[in-house]
Amino acid sequence: MIKLTGKVAILVAVLWSVNAGAQESHIGKLVGKANRGKALYVRYCIFCHGAQGDGLGESAPYLDPKPRDFTKAVYKCRSTPSGSLPTDTDLYDTITRGVHASGMPSWKPLLRQERADLVAYIKAFSSAFQEEKPGAPVSIPPEPASSQDSVKRGGELFQSMNCWLCHGKDGRGHGPSSATLTDSKGYPITPFDFTSGTHFKCGDSDAEMFRDLVTGLDGTPMPSFADAMSEDQKWDVVHFIRTLNTHAKTHAVAKNEPKAP
Amino acid sequence: MAVSVLALSFFGWVRSGAARPADAPASLSGVVKFEGVALKGTRIDMSSDPNCVKAHSTPVTTEEIVVDANGGLANVVVYVSDGLGTATFQPPAQPVVFEQKGCQYKPHVLAMQANQKLNVVNDDETTHNIHPTPNNNREWNMTQPHGMPLEQTFAREEVAILVKCNIHPWMRGYIAVFKHPYFAVSDKNGSFDLKDLPPGTYTITAWQEKLGMKTQKITVGAGEAKTLDFTFKQ
Repeated sequence: MIKLTGKVAILVAVLWSVNAGAQESHIGKLVGKANRGKALYVRYCIFCHGAQGDGLGESAPYLDPKPRDFTKAVYKCRSTPSGSLPTDTDLYDTITRGVHASGMPSWKPLLRQERADLVAYIKAFSSAFQEEKPGAPVSIPPEPASSQDSVKRGGELFQSMNCWLCHGKDGRGHGPSSATLTDSKGYPITPFDFTSGTHFKCGDSDAEMFRDLVTGLDGTPMPSFADAMSEDQKWDVVHFIRTLNTHAKTHAVAKNEPKAP
Repeated sequence: MAVSVLALSFFGWVRSGAARPADAPASLSGVVKFEGVALKGTRIDMSSDPNCVKAHSTPVTTEEIVVDANGGLANVVVYVSDGLGTATFQPPAQPVVFEQKGCQYKPHVLAMQANQKLNVVNDDETTHNIHPTPNNNREWNMTQPHGMPLEQTFAREEVAILVKCNIHPWMRGYIAVFKHPYFAVSDKNGSFDLKDLPPGTYTITAWQEKLGMKTQKITVGAGEAKTLDFTFKQ
């Protein structure tokens, strides 16, 4: 009996350690722990994302778009291909940056360690992180300079790739299919309005826009264009989208155009 | 338009021990019938994309309930839902093909084995995005311009995954994924055929996207060919 209890104890210890390993996050040298993340989650996140992490917190009914459901492990902002889990760093970056045009604020005021602990806790809501590994991060090649030609090609691709059917010909998000769109939980969702400013959901830089074109925003209608366009074509689309912003008069195109002699 | 996809492959069946003559495979065939007044498909307005409009000379309707003159119900997935025990099955090497043609999915309902290759084809002169919305598999969403090769797969059993093209919101198809090879999709006459079944007692389920599920129990002996019909009423 004592022997058996011993074996059970070993088994429990092994399972515990396996579980504990899965409940960690690794962001560079930073190691986050889910058990520490819990208290932070209860303090800062629970109101929207809910005690079960299902996105059904007290404030959820008043929010649009809806808070992320962590139990599904489907994330918009990733460096990994469509259909694969995000890396710990992807989740950490989202917490740090916040999600523009949503209820998700930037949590940069929290310590780096605290954000890492939150990543570990959020991952523990889904078994997917124990069953699968995140995909390999997509590569982002150096950006060629924007030019009038690049913008023109990007505009043509915006048409031929059918971006406009959702985002609209003027990029305002009012394309013919826009009213039919839902996220993967069935909530109505509006295509991004590219005229609205210089902020985007998953980061504001050209490189991040390029990455979003490669990965798509999983859980939304925004697909991956990984093999649909060449690298140069994706940069052309990024350069074109930059021109849709009606709020900033000075634009990268003007900046990068060669000066008249 | 019903296209029957039979991805039954005895070749993929892995089980320990040599096959005995008493294991001679059985088969099950039958017809899925519809009783009642079938609503005609709704007319699809493809005018937002002229490339879709120009692919059709006649009006296009939705394919939720497709019934032939004899009441045969197409696009019903018929499969073994219980009785195979713990046997495991390798996916067949042959990929299944899911085609986007005339801004519709061909077939409208596809059945495949888990981890079998899914070959997605875009024959249209427009760009689609193919977006399965599974509950038990990873969700992916890929843009596919005309002619781009695209190969994907699903790891887990799921009946059935709704597939959407968000660009063309009328496009809806279903992909049923099984961990075994004993499934079929009823053809335009409502007929289906489950081949190479090991003898045994099975629960057979018929799934239709609007009408739900029906189940029946049946026992098949070695080498036996039995018939089994399903009727959906509305």
